[in-house]
Amino acid sequence: MRKPKGSPNIFISGLVGAGLILGGLSPALAEGPQSSSRDKDSDKDGKGDKIERVSFNKNPFPSTYRRYGGRPTAITNVTIFDGEGGRIDNGVVTFADGLVVGIGGADTAIPKGAVIIDGGGKYVTPGIIDIHSHLGNYPSPSVDAVADGNEVTGPVTADVWAEHGVWPQDPGFSRAMANGGITSLQILPGSANLFGGRSVTLKNIPARTVQGMKFPGAPYGLKMACGENPKRVYGSRRQKPGSRMGNLALNRQTWARAVEYKRKWDDYQQKGGTPPARDIGMDTLKLALEGEIKIHNHCYRADEMAQVIDMAKEFGYTVSTFHHAVESYKIGDLLKANNICSAMWADWWGFKLEAYDGIPENVPLVHQAGACAIVHSDDQDQIQRLNQEAAKALADGRRMGLEISDATAISWITFNPAKAMGIGERTGSLKPKKMADIVLWNGNPLSVYSRPEKVWIDGAMLYDALDPNRRPVSDFELGQPGEGDTK
Amino acid sequence: MKRIITSLALALAASIAAPVAAQTVAITGGKVVIGDGSAPIDGGTVVIRDGKIVAAGANVPVPADATRVDATGKWVTPGLFAGFSRLGLIEINAVRQTNDASGGESSFSAAIDVVPAINPEAVPIAVNRAAGLTRALVVPSASDTIFAGKGAMIDLGADYDAVTRSNVFQYVEMGEGGAARAGGSRAAAHLLLRTMFAEAKRYTRAPNSFESDMLTAVDAKALADVLAGRTRLLVHVERASDILEILKLRADFPALKLVLAGASEGWRVAPQIAAANVPVIASALNDLPESFEKLAATQSNIGRMKNAGVNVSIGMVNDRDAHQLRYAPQYAGNLVALNKIPGAAGLSWDEAFAAITSGPAEAMGLGAIAGSLKPGRVGDVVIWDADPLELSSAPSAVFIDGVRQSLDNRQQRLRDRYRTPQEGSLPKAYE
Repeated sequence: MRKPKGSPNIFISGLVGAGLILGGLSPALAEGPQSSSRDKDSDKDGKGDKIERVSFNKNPFPSTYRRYGGRPTAITNVTIFDGEGGRIDNGVVTFADGLVVGIGGADTAIPKGAVIIDGGGKYVTPGIIDIHSHLGNYPSPSVDAVADGNEVTGPVTADVWAEHGVWPQDPGFSRAMANGGITSLQILPGSANLFGGRSVTLKNIPARTVQGMKFPGAPYGLKMACGENPKRVYGSRRQKPGSRMGNLALNRQTWARAVEYKRKWDDYQQKGGTPPARDIGMDTLKLALEGEIKIHNHCYRADEMAQVIDMAKEFGYTVSTFHHAVESYKIGDLLKANNICSAMWADWWGFKLEAYDGIPENVPLVHQAGACAIVHSDDQDQIQRLNQEAAKALADGRRMGLEISDATAISWITFNPAKAMGIGERTGSLKPKKMADIVLWNGNPLSVYSRPEKVWIDGAMLYDALDPNRRPVSDFELGQPGEGDTK
Repeated sequence: MKRIITSLALALAASIAAPVAAQTVAITGGKVVIGDGSAPIDGGTVVIRDGKIVAAGANVPVPADATRVDATGKWVTPGLFAGFSRLGLIEINAVRQTNDASGGESSFSAAIDVVPAINPEAVPIAVNRAAGLTRALVVPSASDTIFAGKGAMIDLGADYDAVTRSNVFQYVEMGEGGAARAGGSRAAAHLLLRTMFAEAKRYTRAPNSFESDMLTAVDAKALADVLAGRTRLLVHVERASDILEILKLRADFPALKLVLAGASEGWRVAPQIAAANVPVIASALNDLPESFEKLAATQSNIGRMKNAGVNVSIGMVNDRDAHQLRYAPQYAGNLVALNKIPGAAGLSWDEAFAAITSGPAEAMGLGAIAGSLKPGRVGDVVIWDADPLELSSAPSAVFIDGVRQSLDNRQQRLRDRYRTPQEGSLPKAYE
C-alpha cells in the first residue's frame, strides 16, 4: 500500500487491505464468459428426472487477455536460473508461440528462424512474480480518488472483489516490469478487514481494462487479515472487532455461516426444492471451503498464525499463504507440517508492534525449515527490486551459516509464489510448454548492479532497456513532465 | 562519541555496552575508501587516535603504540552517514508512546529540539550500527504547522552521548505538505513562511518585548537563528516549481543557508539549483508519480543533478527513515547500476559512496567533522567483507569515535534463539 514509506501505514503495508467477491468461480476461469447467470429448471412440474438446478456464472468478469505477437527466440550462452532451483551455465533457452520450447546446455536445439540473442555475461530467469501487490488499487498518484483497496465500511467484506478497484493506468505496473521484471502479480484487497475480499491475479500487461490484464484461468484468492489492523480500524469505532478476541470470534462466526450456506446449496443440489437465497460474500467463502479459492492470510505473529491454522481445521479449509509473516521463522516446523507458504519481506520491521520481531533471516530460516518461502513486496517501490530483496535475504541466511544456492533464492520470487497462487503449472519456471514469461538480466539478478534488459510476457517482448519504443507509458503519464523517460 | 566521558556517564554507559576507551588503532591492508568521491586505494592504512582520523591512504606509517587490525582482502570506509532519519526518535512508529518524531499538538514549533528525545538505546540504532551506519541527521516531523523544529547530528555509538551537534538545521515542510499545514494552499504556506520570518526579525530587534499571535518567543528565536544563517534551513520540497520558489527566498532573506530535501523533480531545474549553490539531500529511487508534486520522478534524478553541478547526496526522506537507514548502500548501488541503462543517468561508484557518507555531511556544513576518512574527522570507520554497496556484503567491524562497537543487537538475538524453531529441553525463554 501506499503510505509514507516506513511510517505506520495504516492501510497498507500490512496495515490494511481490501477485497471482493463474486459468485462461484470455477476452476475453468480461462474459458469465455458463460452465457447466462441463471438457468431455470426446464421441468415445470418439478418431478422429472432431468431437473436442472439454479446455477450461477462463476466467471462474470472473464479475462480478455490475449498474448501479443513475438518472434521465435533463442537466448544463448547465458546463465539460467530456471525458477525451481536449477541453474545452467552457458545455457540456452528457446521460446516460440508464447511458450517455452527448450532449455538446456549449449547443445540445446534452436528452432529454425529463431532470433538469436547472445546472452554472454547475462542471466535469464522466469518472469518475476509478486504474490502481494496493491498496484492499481492503491496506485500512483496516492490520492483518495483512486485509493480503492479497502472497503472499510465493515470488518467482513467477503463480497468485494479487488479487480473492481484496480485502475489499469497505474504507472506502477510499468515500473514493476521495467525495473523489476515482474510479469505476473496478485492484487489483494487491503488488511483493514478480517475478510477483505477477493484478490485478482494479473499478467503485468498494459491494457485498457482490468479484464485485459487478468491471468487466464488463475484461481481467485480470498484476503483475510489477523491482528492489529482489523481491531484498530473497527475498535476505534467502538465496533467489533476491538480486540484479537473479537477478530477470532467474528472470523469463526463468519465461517460458521459459510459452512451453513454451503450445506444449503449442497442440499439443494442433491434434493432440489427452492434454491437458497444467494449471498455474494458467502459465494466466495463457499468456494474457499471447496478449495477453488485460495486463502491469503495477512498475519504477522507466530502465535496468531497457529490459531488461524486451528481455525482452518475447525471449518475445513486450508490456508495457501500467510502474508508478511514476520514471525514465520519461529514456527517453520508448524508451517511445513501444514503445507502453508509464507510471503515475507526481506527485512521490514518495527513499523508496528506486531512487526517488532522481524529479522533479516526470516526468509532463509523458513526455507531451511523445509517450509515454502516467498519474497513479496506489498509496496510500489520494492516490487521494482524483488530480486534485490531476495538477494539480501539470501546473504543474511548465508551469513548465519545456511547453505542456500543462488538458484534457490530465485525460486522465492518465481516458482514458489506461482504455486501459492495456483498458476505454478503455467508460469513461474522455465520448462517446455510453460508460458514464455522471461527476463534477461544484464548481470546476476542477485547483484545490486544488475537490471532487466529485456522482459517477455507470453513470448512478446514488452520491455527492452535498449529500445525506447519498448517502454510502456500509462495514460496518466502521457503529456506530463517526464513522459517516456527512463524511470 | 568521543567526548570525554565523565565517571557518571561511564557508569551509565556500562549498562549499555561498556565502550572501550578510544585508543590508537591502525587498520592495515584493506581497500580504503576515503568517502570524498576519490577512488579506492588498495592496500591502504587508516590510523585513528583519540577518536579521530589521523591519516588514511597509501604509505601511511603505523604508529608504534597502535593496535593493529588486519583488513587484508577487505574494504575500509568511513561509516555510513544518514542524510535524513528519525533515528533515536522512534522505536515503533505505530506505538504512539514510543514515537517522538512530531510535536503533535504542542503549541511550539520551530523551537522544538530533537535532542532531549533521542534514545541511544533504541533498537533501531543498534540494528543500523551493525549495518555500518555510524552517524545520522535526525529530523523532526512537522505536526500542524510548517516548521518542525531543530534537527541534530548524532552518532550511533553504544553509549549515552549520542548528540554530536545540536541545532544543525531547522526543518520546514513546503510543497503539498506545507500547503496542508498552512491552511490548504501553497500560497498560504509561502505567506506563512515569510510572515513568520518577519516576526522573527522583529524578535531580533526587540526580544524582550516580543509578542506575537503567530509565534512564541522561543519559536521566534529559533527562526532568528535561521535568518542569521547560524542554523541551516532544510526545506522539504518535491515539485520543480516549488523548488524554484524556495530558491527565491534568498532575495529577501540573504543570510539563509538553504538545503533541499526530497527534490524528486530536481533534475528539471538542476541548472538553477546549481547556480544558487544550494545543496540537495535527495530521495534516491523515487520513480513514480506518487503525488502530483512528483510527476517527473525518475531514478536518474540524482545523476542528472550531479551532472548539472548540483551538490547532491542521498537521504531517505520520509522513506523508512526510522528503521531502515541500512538501505543506503543498496540505494547507492542502484544508482551505479543505472549507468548501464541508455538514457539514464547514474553515479560512478566513487560518487555513489560519497553520496551516503561525506555528501550529506557536507550539505549540512559538517564535512569537517564527519563523513570521510580525511584527517581530523571523527573516527567512524567500517571494515566490510566486500564491496560495501553490494547486497551480499556486510560489516565485520565498526568503529565510532575510534571505539570498536559491538555488532550485537536484538534481531541477532532473535535469530540465534530461533535458529531451530523447536523447543529443546527447556522453553525458548531459557535460551
